[in-house]
Amino acid sequence: MSVALSAQDISRALTRISHEILEKNHGSSEITVLGIPTRGAHLAARIAAIMSSIEGKEIAHGTLDITLYRDDLRLRAPRAIMPTSIPPIGIQGRDVILIDDVLYSGRTIRAALDALGEVGRPRTVQLAVLVDRGHRQLPIRADYVGKNLPTSEKQSVKVSLTEIDGVDEVVIEGVAN
Amino acid sequence: MRHLLSINDLTPSDAIGILDTATELARINDGQVKKLPTLRGRTIVNLFAEDSTRTRISFEAAAKRLSADVINFSAKGSSLSKGESLKDTAQTLQAMGADAVVIRHSASGAAQRLADLEWMSGSVINAGDGTHEHPSQALLDAFTIRKHLGKGASGLKGLRIAIVGDILHSRVARSNVLLLSMLGADVVLVAPPTLLPVGVESWPATISYDFDSVIPNVDAIMMLRVQQERMSDLFFPNSREYSRYFGLNSERMSAMAKHAIVMHPGPMNRGLEIAADVADSARSVIVEQVTNGVNVRMAILYVLLAGGPLEVGSN
Repeated sequence: MSVALSAQDISRALTRISHEILEKNHGSSEITVLGIPTRGAHLAARIAAIMSSIEGKEIAHGTLDITLYRDDLRLRAPRAIMPTSIPPIGIQGRDVILIDDVLYSGRTIRAALDALGEVGRPRTVQLAVLVDRGHRQLPIRADYVGKNLPTSEKQSVKVSLTEIDGVDEVVIEGVAN
Repeated sequence: MRHLLSINDLTPSDAIGILDTATELARINDGQVKKLPTLRGRTIVNLFAEDSTRTRISFEAAAKRLSADVINFSAKGSSLSKGESLKDTAQTLQAMGADAVVIRHSASGAAQRLADLEWMSGSVINAGDGTHEHPSQALLDAFTIRKHLGKGASGLKGLRIAIVGDILHSRVARSNVLLLSMLGADVVLVAPPTLLPVGVESWPATISYDFDSVIPNVDAIMMLRVQQERMSDLFFPNSREYSRYFGLNSERMSAMAKHAIVMHPGPMNRGLEIAADVADSARSVIVEQVTNGVNVRMAILYVLLAGGPLEVGSN
């Protein structure tokens, strides 16, 4: 087990991502931030808070559960359905920033794109992740990455956040090869 | 969990898992999304050997919102009315590749038999068997009570709920007593002695013959339909007298606690067990029970069919 990101690293990464999102979208007026539960939702709330302190106004943010859209539902026990809350302004014609903790196979994001399609038609959908660990199974990439972590498929990446786990940290468990 | 035959098949955490799932599904159904791809390609058969409006339509709507294919068939107009046995019917469904069968039957234990004898490989969901059980109705009632009166996660602790009327013939009452007491509520059964089943003393509920003394002390009153079609004997002198002692009229409703709600699983005999103005009053959640029924049945289908064993809630 090794610590890949400390609390300070996470904080810096989220601040940088927030600035990058604002830069790329020329401000925050058209942005809706949606986090994928569980940890993505907390990251989304943090990023929205950082952006609103930079911009000096509220950033529309919410959560998007993708459980019912997964393509691997039949392969495992049914998962608990987590809350979805779309901000009142909606996603129609907006720039939606999807936020998740770890980008791995890309299947969660594919499911998220399907889930978004049921809610409305955003102008753009962009993806921000805290960790990109590689091993994609679908043609999906992130627009904003906190840290690229080269891993082996045998390893697991565990993201802890103070809101749930009491501590901010990313660790890699298991050994490579 | 493969089948839903009886509330006794559920642990408290299974039941709460279903209610929590239904809560999230209700939020999705309230929003713009009316259709989810979750059960695409699955076939669900509604096998209704006894009349039903709400339950059948509700299961059909639930299955369709999850994108499952639904085949309805009822006794009238099928070979069941020609005397085909349950076994032959089940084998026909198996041959057609049904992933789940929702069964309503006038014989108590029909769903259990279908599940136990392995005539088919799919899930069996009991949608009412004789005077035995109706688990999906109990789950939607618990969901409705929790939504209106619940405090905290499991939500029924310390609530007092009266179930009033024809307990003897009611599968709804039996399933509700089991489920509500499992979730921590105190259940009071109110009925004339002739309409209580043998062995009711062993149920996890108290019994009262005096409706008026119970009314002010409960958080919810669940009225049951007088099931005249199942009554071959005389159980009460006449319907006017039944109504006077065990019917919920506006006078009795005014004696209820301010927050208390009125429930009825439907179909109602307006004027017999419940007065029309009570059924249509602001305290009545009877129409909402139907809406909640769709969400709860979606949750049941999700838990039984979307994956392997139930782990909802364990996260």
